[in-house]
Amino acid sequence: MVTEFGLRLAISLTQIGAVMCIVVITVLILTLAERKVLGWMQDRMGPMEVGPYGILQPFADAIKLFFKEDIVPAGANKFIFTMAPILCLIPTFIGFAVIPWGPNWTFEINGIVVKPFVISDINIGILYILAFASLAAYGIILGGWASNSKYSLLGGLRSAAQVISYELNVGLSIVGVLILAGSLSLVKITDAQTGWFWNWHIFALPAPQIFAFVVYVISVVAETNRVPFDLPEAESELVAGFFTEYSGLRFAFFFLAEYANMVLVSCVASALFLGGWNAPYPGTLMELVGLSSWSWIESTMWFAVKTYSLLFLFFWLRATLPRLRYDQLMRFGWKVLLPIALANIVVTAIAVFIYQRI
Amino acid sequence: MSQLIFAYFAGMIIAASILVVALKNPVYSALSLLVMFFHVAGLFVTLHAEFLAAVQIIVYAGAILVLYLFVVMILNVKQDDRYHNQWRIAGFVCIPLMMEAMVLLSGGAETRTAGSQTVLGPSAQAIAPDNTFAIGQTLFSTYLFPFEVASLVLLVAMIGAIVIAKREIGEPDDPSPMGQTKAVE
Repeated sequence: MVTEFGLRLAISLTQIGAVMCIVVITVLILTLAERKVLGWMQDRMGPMEVGPYGILQPFADAIKLFFKEDIVPAGANKFIFTMAPILCLIPTFIGFAVIPWGPNWTFEINGIVVKPFVISDINIGILYILAFASLAAYGIILGGWASNSKYSLLGGLRSAAQVISYELNVGLSIVGVLILAGSLSLVKITDAQTGWFWNWHIFALPAPQIFAFVVYVISVVAETNRVPFDLPEAESELVAGFFTEYSGLRFAFFFLAEYANMVLVSCVASALFLGGWNAPYPGTLMELVGLSSWSWIESTMWFAVKTYSLLFLFFWLRATLPRLRYDQLMRFGWKVLLPIALANIVVTAIAVFIYQRI
Repeated sequence: MSQLIFAYFAGMIIAASILVVALKNPVYSALSLLVMFFHVAGLFVTLHAEFLAAVQIIVYAGAILVLYLFVVMILNVKQDDRYHNQWRIAGFVCIPLMMEAMVLLSGGAETRTAGSQTVLGPSAQAIAPDNTFAIGQTLFSTYLFPFEVASLVLLVAMIGAIVIAKREIGEPDDPSPMGQTKAVE
């Protein structure tokens, strides 16, 4: 009994450790990739000084942030000021627990069934992610409030309004996929998209979710406070928004949370709409060659390719679009994206109903 | 073990709810409310109602409480004593509630547990693993009428809120000809 519990715990902790490592490494890559991609798009070189072609830049940034002085502004609420970055970071990392990174395999160790590519396959997977994503707003609002600064407070309040408005669109744009897949579990949703790439939910009959995908991508850009929706940290009017007063490691936490959140929403988008770890063709090439036990590498690589393509889209948007004004942002969310998402639900529901009758 | 987990969640819910009304700083009150919502969600999970737990966090913690915080910060009430001189009213409300709880716990306990067993119906018990499916099934068959009535009530409330908000913003600086003539006068 005790050993079984211990073994389960050890397996779970190993998986959690592995996923945390992958996410942190991805964030490190992203910080460099963002500056490089933006540089190339603006006809610059990007960071070149640290290491060959600047590839050691993320480590230099991390060391710099780690050794910076940690300042708590006078009049700040010290308890909440300290807690806010952690509140921002934890919900984001918790969300990765239900992401399926690879095929839905199981194997047994001493009678315990282990799923190697997902930490926990709970049957409300996507709701779990939405629930914790909605908590990330607390870190931003409280951080803004506790700083005792006008710019921070305004940034925090903006972010509260923005995150609530766009979370609604994220939730509603997902509903179409849930109707098609008939499940809330990300593992089952991904399994429903095997075969050719036209089985992916973005193209799948009877109701292609292409509009839902567009609404989802726009809404998550707003939810992660990225350009062109980065009003909570608009530097031309609010200095740096909700983290104006933050420095050193606490600032690094906010930074890490933002990038980890980008990775999370990209993972969710590729799992829901783009087939997750499924290749665009049935099965895998590894199986054709006869190395079926190694096919998981191909599957996880497809997942990585889809996720990184979406992350590239984030950078591309940043290099292309100017920031929206606040009223434009709200009007766009409530009067354009919300009706599209609702119409998509109605159309998908009717289409699936008719399809089942035929 | 399950008793212990229940005791933890119940104890934390009670402690956090007391803190919500007892703390002087409204932001701290909102945060203890957040802690309470989390533990209520935890209770739902121990009852294998994962869907309810997730919805509890999304709706209450994710949306409603953020709006509370929003209002608290806009009003910038630091330590307002006005809301803490209401002991008489609080006592007046509390005593009947306590008595009701006593009655429920002592006399009505047996009938209540017997009733709560059949809330989801016998068909829902058979498909207990998929809680979401069971809730959907009962909500759209047995309880369809109350569900629709509730959504209608919510719609009316929404329209009411929009009407009230529109009047307050629209009148002082009305860009219509009416407003301009008023300004001229």
